[in-house]
Amino acid sequence: MADTMQFDLVSPERSLASLEVSSVQIPGADGDMTAMPDHSPLITTLRPGVLRIDGPSGQAEYLVSGGFAEINATSLSVLAERAMPLNEVTRAHIDEMIEEARAEHEAAKETFKNEPGPVDDAAKLLADMVALGDHINV
Amino acid sequence: MPSLKDLKNRIESVKSTRKITKAMQMVAAAKLRRAQESAEQARPYTERFNAVMGQLAASAGGSDSAPRLLSGTGSDQVHLLVVMTAERGLCGGFNGNIAKRARAKAQELLQAGKTVKILTVGKKGRDQLKRDLADKFVGHVDLSDVKRVAYSDAQGIAKDILSRFDAGDFDVATIFYSQFVNVVSQIPTAQQIIPADFDAPEGDSGGTLYDYEPDEEAILADLLPRGVATQIFAALLENGAGEQGARMSAMDNATRNAGEMIDKLTIQFNRSRQAVITNELIEIISGAEAL
Repeated sequence: MADTMQFDLVSPERSLASLEVSSVQIPGADGDMTAMPDHSPLITTLRPGVLRIDGPSGQAEYLVSGGFAEINATSLSVLAERAMPLNEVTRAHIDEMIEEARAEHEAAKETFKNEPGPVDDAAKLLADMVALGDHINV
Repeated sequence: MPSLKDLKNRIESVKSTRKITKAMQMVAAAKLRRAQESAEQARPYTERFNAVMGQLAASAGGSDSAPRLLSGTGSDQVHLLVVMTAERGLCGGFNGNIAKRARAKAQELLQAGKTVKILTVGKKGRDQLKRDLADKFVGHVDLSDVKRVAYSDAQGIAKDILSRFDAGDFDVATIFYSQFVNVVSQIPTAQQIIPADFDAPEGDSGGTLYDYEPDEEAILADLLPRGVATQIFAALLENGAGEQGARMSAMDNATRNAGEMIDKLTIQFNRSRQAVITNELIEIISGAEAL
């Protein structure tokens, strides 16, 4: 079994990381998961959270939000709408994201008065953002 | 025959024009490098995104419950044309070509009896289409304050388009932009974004069977709106690079023309100066002879 796999983290504006890693912890929409080499092929969407990678060249943590991860036996690519190294994240970033999520929640409440689905989604996004802010505690 | 002073003024004015076009050319060259870089950096995201979407669309698109962004509304009566051009002129035929492409499409649709709505991104396209299609305008996105196109700009446009779609304002959306090939060549392109039209996955990627978490349709519903933003972002970047490339070559031509004009005017100036001197000499000599 291979010890490492190719890991790529790309955002729409640039590619943030491309290296060999031994494991990656992903904030999946249905819960956190850790992917290691020879994982079965899987595509999962992301919720806002922290992505942890662990490899021969050390550990790294990234804040990601919105997008998906594509996992197969030899490689893992994460496409995130917003991604940045965790140590560059400031409280202002988090506040901005929470504010955005809150605005979206309000907008959803306005537009979908009789459909709970989108409102619940927006509420969950907002809760995720707040939890994320508390969790990384910057 | 213009006077010597007139010629001199004219040469000076062409010289300052040349300075300006030369400066604009160099600025465009610097901006082009930056724009090309960001277009290249965005490419991996777009490519992977489209590859995964292609797979998903192929496996889930056939079902009746497929999201409307993928399967369409079942009608193609109302078309939304999103015309993306630059905010500034002086870039050769760049804006004109995109507007021409969009106008041709609009006319074709109108002749087929469809309803056309136009959303313009960038001032120049709006100005050009205003003459004959002003009554079709439904909105305008102004990016003139944006120095460097960010993903959030594309998200804003996408949100606008999606809310119109949700409100049932149109059935089919097409974006018009210029594909950047190289500095001298930009191809005006039309691309349908709603219903989404992804290239079919290639043979090798189709071999892997993916699990989906959550299920395929939930992922599709989550990713399709992002796909609209991704495509718009890619188009904006292509446009940005194309605009600078077009401006660079247009200004290069202008600089060269100004140089030729200066040469011609200088020759004309020297000749008339010579003629004046000869005239004066003749007058002096004939005056001397008369004595």
